[in-house]
Amino acid sequence: MNESVTIRGKDRYKSGVMEYKKMGYWEPDYEPKDTDIIALFRVTPQDGVDPIEASAAVAGESSTATWTVVWTDRLTAAEKYRAKCYRVDPVPNSPGQFFAYIAYDLDLFENGSIANLSASIIGNVFGFKPLKALRLEDMRLPVAYVKTFQGPATGIVVERERMDKFGRPLLGATVKPKLGLSGRNYGRVVYEALKGGLDFTKDDENINSQPFMHWRERFLYCMEAVNKAQAASGEIKGTYLNVTAGTMEEMYERAEFAKQLGSVIIMIDLVIGYTAIQSMAKWARRNDMILHLHRAGHSTYTRQRNHGVSFRVITKWMRLAGVDHIHAGTVVGKLEGDPATTKGYYDICREDFNPMQLEHGVFFDQNWASLNKLMPVASGGIHAGQMHQLLDHLGEDVVLQFGGGTIGHPMGIQAGATANRVALEAMIFARNEGRDYLHEGEEILAKAAATCTPLKAALETWKNVTFNYESTDMPDYAPTPSVSV
Amino acid sequence: MRVTQGCFSFLPDLTDEQITSQVQYALGKGWAVNIEFTDDPHPRNTYWEMWGLPMFDLQDAAGVLMELNECRKIYGDRYIRLSAFDSSPGWESVRLSFIVNRPKEEPGFRLERQESDGRNTRYTTKSYAVDRPEGRRYGGS
Repeated sequence: MNESVTIRGKDRYKSGVMEYKKMGYWEPDYEPKDTDIIALFRVTPQDGVDPIEASAAVAGESSTATWTVVWTDRLTAAEKYRAKCYRVDPVPNSPGQFFAYIAYDLDLFENGSIANLSASIIGNVFGFKPLKALRLEDMRLPVAYVKTFQGPATGIVVERERMDKFGRPLLGATVKPKLGLSGRNYGRVVYEALKGGLDFTKDDENINSQPFMHWRERFLYCMEAVNKAQAASGEIKGTYLNVTAGTMEEMYERAEFAKQLGSVIIMIDLVIGYTAIQSMAKWARRNDMILHLHRAGHSTYTRQRNHGVSFRVITKWMRLAGVDHIHAGTVVGKLEGDPATTKGYYDICREDFNPMQLEHGVFFDQNWASLNKLMPVASGGIHAGQMHQLLDHLGEDVVLQFGGGTIGHPMGIQAGATANRVALEAMIFARNEGRDYLHEGEEILAKAAATCTPLKAALETWKNVTFNYESTDMPDYAPTPSVSV
Repeated sequence: MRVTQGCFSFLPDLTDEQITSQVQYALGKGWAVNIEFTDDPHPRNTYWEMWGLPMFDLQDAAGVLMELNECRKIYGDRYIRLSAFDSSPGWESVRLSFIVNRPKEEPGFRLERQESDGRNTRYTTKSYAVDRPEGRRYGGS
């Protein structure tokens, strides 16, 4: 099936309908250039549709094609601008699904614009009738293109320098209840959590400016709490002030106020859109602000394996777009995340070079060309008793956010924060000492709890809490094969 | 109060043996360990005084402990921290930092509030210790 069927010359431009694979969108002999953008799609053709034709159609509809032949193709270097599907593989253990590799010439894209990139790659094709389903699994972004983006406004290293925190994951908590608190009560939670030992507290995705608490109230009380906790501990503290709003003008206004009050960090939601995210990333770079991104809404298109956009692609786009923090899964917590797939996301955030690792769902070598590193955030249903597992799965450059695991502590919020901090420091200490902390984790925690009543109470309260459900999104390859691209 | 900067401030003060284990970890990673001291632990006081240069080519943690104990002899009434520096590309910064010596009493900080326009408040954190000149804080020499 891997033969070219492209019609060339005069016949190619005869009026009428022609199969995509014959129009030049299927080029099995094509060798992608180093400067090409490559997209990997999971294609599920309708019954009876040839997978090659379906994949060629994806290439066509995400680049130059329309449903019929047009003579105006001859007014340009059409062959260059056509995306080329150069490889189609059956998906292992998934009848009816195919991986289609499609190469796009760099000139198809505008510099530094996720909106442009995504309008091409996912703009039109996902509703295409001959397909049952379509998923963008991964992308290879050439260095030439990576270099047109700002990248994370601050980056992991500078964030650590600015926060004066080295050698351990950072600790955070989302204020709960996420809705309904007045500004004054909200600030109380922030103060208690920070004074107790956390580095950050966080607004939730849907805390913006509501009748129970307008945004200025929140910002003012939160900064009182941050400064008071800072003086009480001698440590730098921060709270992610969510500046998400209905218009860019309102977001800028909120961000400026956060800056005026001396906040080190602000946050935005993924739902504000790619262009708004890039604008806020530029603002953050100009104003020495760390920019936290809450991935609100992503599961609507990332979770199902057969249709949508993989979160690894979103992660790549967000590293380009320039946020400093991104929620990337906990493995052990309450939200979706298979360990191997999550490892892939974390690598994309933090490494300067990602080698192809099919067992982690990473399909391409990706060179980040010294773009800043993006700090992954683990949040949702995690607690101190899992510290050894969290450290093992997620490593050191991560923000661990214990919302319920701090605020729900039986002895109060400060105690909850202290329990988490002690557990973390004890685990890092043990790891550095060379202990097998993953297997001796419970013992290490128990020993730390002997001199820390809050940790003892936390371990007792949440000792049996686990979230063991099967993941809906996981890699298609077992950790053996090596498929060269 | 207890200043909780650094990686292990929520644990009981480290023994020399425990400090050695952490230093050895850093050296094993190829990081250079640096000793710094201060009598102004303000959270934004980035540049503590250096006790000599970072120990770039050291292999054995015992050397760091020896230097640390020399430093303690003179500046034992102050904060002393160890920092491990990683010069590899893409990091080129501190990898691990922890306090190994504290004053007997830590008076902490006061938070000054300057009421400003509207409801704005300007916050300033001040170390109580810096009310006295450098070197004479914490009852030192």
